[in-house]
Amino acid sequence: MSAPTPAQDKALALPDRGLRSLTQALAQREISAVDLAGAFLQRLEAAQPTLNSCITLDRERSLQEAAAADALLGGSEDAKAAARAAATTAAGPGGQGALPGGLIGALAGIPVLHKDIFCAEGWRTTCGSRMLENFVAPYDAGVISRFKAAGTVSLGRANMDEFAMGSTNEHSFFGAVRNPWDLQRVPGGSSGGSAAAVAAGLAPAATGTDTGGSIRQPAAWCGVSGIKPTYGRVSRFGMIAFASSLDQGGAFARSADDLALLLDVMAGHDTRDSTSVLRQDGAFSASLGQDVRGLRVGVPKEWFGTGLGAGVGAAVQTALDQLQALGCELVAVTLPASAQAIPAYYVIAPAEASSNLSRFDGVRFGHRAAEYHDLNELYERSRGEGFGAEVKRRILIGSYVLSHGYYDAYYLQAQKVRRLIADDFARAFAGCDLIAGPVTPGSAFALGSNSSDPTAMYLADIYTIPVNLAGLPAMSVPAGFDQGLPVGLQLVAPWWQEGRLLQVAHAYQRATDWHQRRPPAFSGAAA
Amino acid sequence: MSLSEDDVRRVARLSRLALTADELPRLQEDLSRILDLAAQLQAIDTRDVLPLAHPGSDQAPLRADLVSEQDHREAFQAVAPQVERGLYLVPRVIE
Repeated sequence: MSAPTPAQDKALALPDRGLRSLTQALAQREISAVDLAGAFLQRLEAAQPTLNSCITLDRERSLQEAAAADALLGGSEDAKAAARAAATTAAGPGGQGALPGGLIGALAGIPVLHKDIFCAEGWRTTCGSRMLENFVAPYDAGVISRFKAAGTVSLGRANMDEFAMGSTNEHSFFGAVRNPWDLQRVPGGSSGGSAAAVAAGLAPAATGTDTGGSIRQPAAWCGVSGIKPTYGRVSRFGMIAFASSLDQGGAFARSADDLALLLDVMAGHDTRDSTSVLRQDGAFSASLGQDVRGLRVGVPKEWFGTGLGAGVGAAVQTALDQLQALGCELVAVTLPASAQAIPAYYVIAPAEASSNLSRFDGVRFGHRAAEYHDLNELYERSRGEGFGAEVKRRILIGSYVLSHGYYDAYYLQAQKVRRLIADDFARAFAGCDLIAGPVTPGSAFALGSNSSDPTAMYLADIYTIPVNLAGLPAMSVPAGFDQGLPVGLQLVAPWWQEGRLLQVAHAYQRATDWHQRRPPAFSGAAA
Repeated sequence: MSLSEDDVRRVARLSRLALTADELPRLQEDLSRILDLAAQLQAIDTRDVLPLAHPGSDQAPLRADLVSEQDHREAFQAVAPQVERGLYLVPRVIE
């Protein structure tokens, strides 16, 4: 690796600058997009042997994108036309959801690391699987088109649990990711590479997806901010599907302020995703400064029961006290059916996964077995070789609960329980403006600690899964430490109220500095 | 509830998944544990509760009735395991 150039030294010396400050530095040509991307690429490459946060790094491709961002910043008409074309693509054919003019080029030159689940033309897109080890995406996901229209630079492809199935990032074909706070621990999952990279200062922002907690849980365990928007807010087009009624794209960054800027770009209608919603809610970044006094914060008693670890519980309680000190009113709410969220989820998500993953047949794309005698054997061997253990478990469970004789008892019953869980939230929100509680019962697992029983890992998602079943927006915000490991505060809002989440998280981050703490082993890189 | 090896083989056939002999006993155990977890649902009273398949499907707009598909055959076949003259190649299925 070559020594950093003076311009890269300058970029590296931008200590934990937020996206607003980086955008300004780029606009004023204090630093070029190429130098900024080069500086972060250097960190990513240097940390790769330790953290394994990326599946693919392609310096040349990233720097090409950075050069295009520099052209956009320099006012090139061609670059502007390309950004406008990406905005039109993002809306889908006949769509009205193109980015408002003010967002075209709004994040020009900002480096973003993308979870390896978003198809990006020309980039290898593996979804953490051997099945897609050699798959180069032929088109851009809706989210990628929107980031292109905003002028961001892709730093590479973040590691993840295979097909987003897992809560530890140990189920990646490309190896486990390590937690920058303690290399013997997991970063959480499934978006573990994204969270670890942002926490270690290797990227200022990253994308993720959240089906049962896959943004909030790794954000909590790595000490970064993460947002899962309302179901339907962010296009799922080109985001490789796990469980279609639960999957939602979102982001990781160092602050609520940064997340608001990212969500402004990511959110919007796309005619290519039939569940994507057309709404005009205005800019999330505009609601940040609003006063939080008088907001009623619901505290669900079921989330503070015997399952909650003492260290996490204490940190979350302190955070709730802080919200009260900021002028919020704490009110007790109850979510009785959320106790059944895990069994309902582990029927619904595998059922949808078994259907979605049937597209991997060894015929049109992806892995194909070397030897087979007939078509059936081609399917079975290609899938048997291409999928890892956790993916196989979920496909098999999904096929089982959907099969004749079990459908009513498992799948239909799970959907009825899902209704009860969603109704609980609706009742709770009649008496409060948002809900606050823990993200996880404990802090990051030691590597390998769940290898003997897969259901032990599932139970750690008890506070995040109910939110996906109801389709609500939620965040994880750094809120302290449990024996040196980060703890997250979960905030959940009613449908479409991401602005309120970000407003409260921003007020909390102005009063605390947990989100500014850096893992000691990486504080040199971030300083 | 406990699954037999035959149950696992049956559901693997339904899923078009080839399993090795080593994988079977481990999967038999893992799937039984997961189904035990799922069986907790049976205890919930859901009389008169309508199933919820999807959050908020009523809010998505209908798209305009436009021709939207373009020809991507070359790009899509470039990533296929085996193609010839624009066709995907598979073992013969009709004798």
